[in-house]
Amino acid sequence: MPETIGFLKPRQAVLDRRGEIIADLADLLPEGCLISDERGLKPFETDAFLAYRRLPLAVVLPETTEQVAAVLKYCSRYGIPVVPRGAGTSLSGGAIPQEDAIVVGLSKMSRILDVDLFNRTATVQAGVTNLYISEAVGADGFFYAPDPSSQLACTIGGNIGMNSGGAHCLKYGVTTNNLLGVKMVLFDGTVIELGGKALDAPGYDLLGLVCGSEGQLGIVTEATVRLIAKPEGARPVLFGFAASEAAGSCVADIIGSGIIPVAIEFMDKPAIEICEAFAHAGYPLDVEALLIVEVEGSEAEMEAMLQGIIEIARRHGVVTIKESQSALEAALIWKGRKSAFGATGRVADYICMDGTVPLSQLSHVLRRTGEIVASYGLRVANVFHAGDGNMHPLILYNINDPADAARAEAAGNDILKLCVDAGGCLTGEHGVGIEKRDLMHHQYNKADLDQQMAVRAAFDPQWLLNPSKVFPLEGRPQA
Amino acid sequence: MIVHFEPASEEGIASVVRSAAAERVTLAIVGGGTRSGLGNPVRADRTLSTRRLSGIVTYNPAEMTMSALAGTPLAEVEAALAAKGQMLSFEPMDHRGILGTTGEPTIGGTFAANVSGPRRYVAGAARDSLLGVRFVNGRGELIKAGGRVMKNVTGLDLVKLMAGSYGTLGILTEVTFKVLPVPPAAATVVVEGLNDAQAAAVMAEAMAQPVEVSGAAHLPESVRGRFIDGALPEGAATVLRLEGLAASVEMRAEKLAAALSRFGSASKLDAGQTKALWAEIRDVKPYADGTARPLWRLSVPPSAGQQLVAALRLQTGVDAFYDWQGGLVWLRMEAEAEAELVRRYVRALGGGHATLVRADGEARARIPAFEPQAPAVAQLAERVRASFDPARIFNPGRLAAVA
Repeated sequence: MPETIGFLKPRQAVLDRRGEIIADLADLLPEGCLISDERGLKPFETDAFLAYRRLPLAVVLPETTEQVAAVLKYCSRYGIPVVPRGAGTSLSGGAIPQEDAIVVGLSKMSRILDVDLFNRTATVQAGVTNLYISEAVGADGFFYAPDPSSQLACTIGGNIGMNSGGAHCLKYGVTTNNLLGVKMVLFDGTVIELGGKALDAPGYDLLGLVCGSEGQLGIVTEATVRLIAKPEGARPVLFGFAASEAAGSCVADIIGSGIIPVAIEFMDKPAIEICEAFAHAGYPLDVEALLIVEVEGSEAEMEAMLQGIIEIARRHGVVTIKESQSALEAALIWKGRKSAFGATGRVADYICMDGTVPLSQLSHVLRRTGEIVASYGLRVANVFHAGDGNMHPLILYNINDPADAARAEAAGNDILKLCVDAGGCLTGEHGVGIEKRDLMHHQYNKADLDQQMAVRAAFDPQWLLNPSKVFPLEGRPQA
Repeated sequence: MIVHFEPASEEGIASVVRSAAAERVTLAIVGGGTRSGLGNPVRADRTLSTRRLSGIVTYNPAEMTMSALAGTPLAEVEAALAAKGQMLSFEPMDHRGILGTTGEPTIGGTFAANVSGPRRYVAGAARDSLLGVRFVNGRGELIKAGGRVMKNVTGLDLVKLMAGSYGTLGILTEVTFKVLPVPPAAATVVVEGLNDAQAAAVMAEAMAQPVEVSGAAHLPESVRGRFIDGALPEGAATVLRLEGLAASVEMRAEKLAAALSRFGSASKLDAGQTKALWAEIRDVKPYADGTARPLWRLSVPPSAGQQLVAALRLQTGVDAFYDWQGGLVWLRMEAEAEAELVRRYVRALGGGHATLVRADGEARARIPAFEPQAPAVAQLAERVRASFDPARIFNPGRLAAVA
């Protein structure tokens, strides 16, 4: 397909020194930590934003923080761009490399270093997967709260890079609210530690700044995260509606009533059909929209909360209410929801939007999204975190038809502008990456963006860390 | 005489800052002035107050967000929220008691100092509730960051950076924050007569139970009598707060008391006593004593809190009580501030940091209020600061490692 999103032009001086650079990197790293042949580089050319790909100059897979530091020190000395990578599950192209870049993959740093149940913390290497943390402490009655749909694969380092969320952050917050500390390597190879096992740290909240910085401020190699005691029980309940708008306004009323469930997920009819065909979760197929509302606590607490929610849902004309009757049913309900993107991939190519809007705008934005996508002659499936207004329209298209792909991208841009104009933002949890980079002007004016870029330059004055991402390519301050 | 600016608009503030930057005139930034004793003393040419930039801009209870101008009195914000059954989840403490200041705390000052209270260790700090800011940077430019939605990863999170920056990066003009419904019921389980080490174990055990404890403090015998008019039972009190639906609080309180029964006898405080007690813990009532005796705020891993106090007791006269499961220690020195000793022990016992919240003028001039940072982090912080305020005109000295 024709590429509408540009990358920085590769630095010829770097490309010319390719052989030398690879030899130098080989000296810095143990055997088996460097990939430079085309076949080996191929898996690293893109992430989950599949429409764009670039073969990097080389991939390094360090085993220690010191090795990461040695590579960054080298790259900073010779002006070589660096693209950090966790599991490569970014939906916004955050991990897509460029021809003159070294990919620093953290996959070999995948150990849990310390579990401290007294202080309810876990300290892990950046390549540990999200779900692995919860699995490691589950038997002791704890879990790590942020749960992106890709949690089986995605790494904690990548979660920090994107400040990832998930279905349950309505109650527990996103990555930044659950992160206590990091060890990270700055671009010149300096290793610093921010935060730790205490709840706050002295000085500026650099930890808060690093979280969600998309690999532009340094490379996180270790993280200390908060653990939370698992609730006694949790129960997802399905609420089916005859119209999307009714489901949307029901969400706003639930939140407005002062009841805050753990999760409120929304699916429209196309999404229900796709997910049900994949997961056989028992989703009702005769409704236009479905809410998955999860409550947790003791039996009596869940019952009390559900009564309140059911009352509100009735006011909005709910047509089906289905409580999960067993742990297996509950697991299937979540399996269907969490595999929504993968299941959609079985029926069509798609791009996934991630704008967040104020709850009062939910119904309006849903309706307009449908109109926008239809105006481009395309189809859309909506499956998203309704409780916090984080929308995920999946625009279905055919990746092998260039015109179709261009229309999908244009529709996506229109939807994101709609979200911003409704008082929301371009991205709630997937990050800007390359995907939304050129829309940043729509959300921020020049002074806003200049201030962000000045902060970025304070960390990486040469603009070598993940340089094609987040900020529009024009107007960047010169080192 | 120090010239005092009180602009009534964002543009007014920006204009003062632009001239100040051009003339290299330094500015002390104040809101209500109730926390002006926090941090190192500021030496500035002039003072700029946000007091006249006051008022709630938007409040939509159904969306659980509010926007207010920075100089809005915190009391006004909290009253507006209470009228709709909502609250600030981070329970900002009132510093007037311990610092002996007067005036009205502002919402801008609350976020600028990232002021939080007992619920912080489960519900997050002020920084976790802050969704969006407008501020004037040191070039006199009006900048916005974040927004009014719960989830937002669009660009760098300057919102977090502004929280707790003590007015050294920019002058907050408007803040947008998340609010939560006031829990309909609350109770406190009191476990009686524990020593500090036992209390730490009990609090950790409580946090491991699926009962959602929203406050865990230990009030040793030396301070117990100064809370809720001496109504706590005799001996040390380890207090655990539960909030939520009435029936649920009742059940969880029973469950919690049963789980902890092997540690000591337990009693229960009702909703009224619970509210009063946690407000007093939040405001550090035992040390709101009208003195300037040195007061430290130690933020450490919960397991380290009581070890630290025990170790310090062998060296010098201290009195202390604990919040945040033991990870927040309020430590009052009987005589000298003993900064070197306190900070050495914090480092030795698992890390964290020590802030000198109160001391007499001589000690404040000599001791950095905030924990000195590792050189690489301090240099980075300085570069970040320069990216906001290149002429270094905002609150000079406030965050300095050496006063």
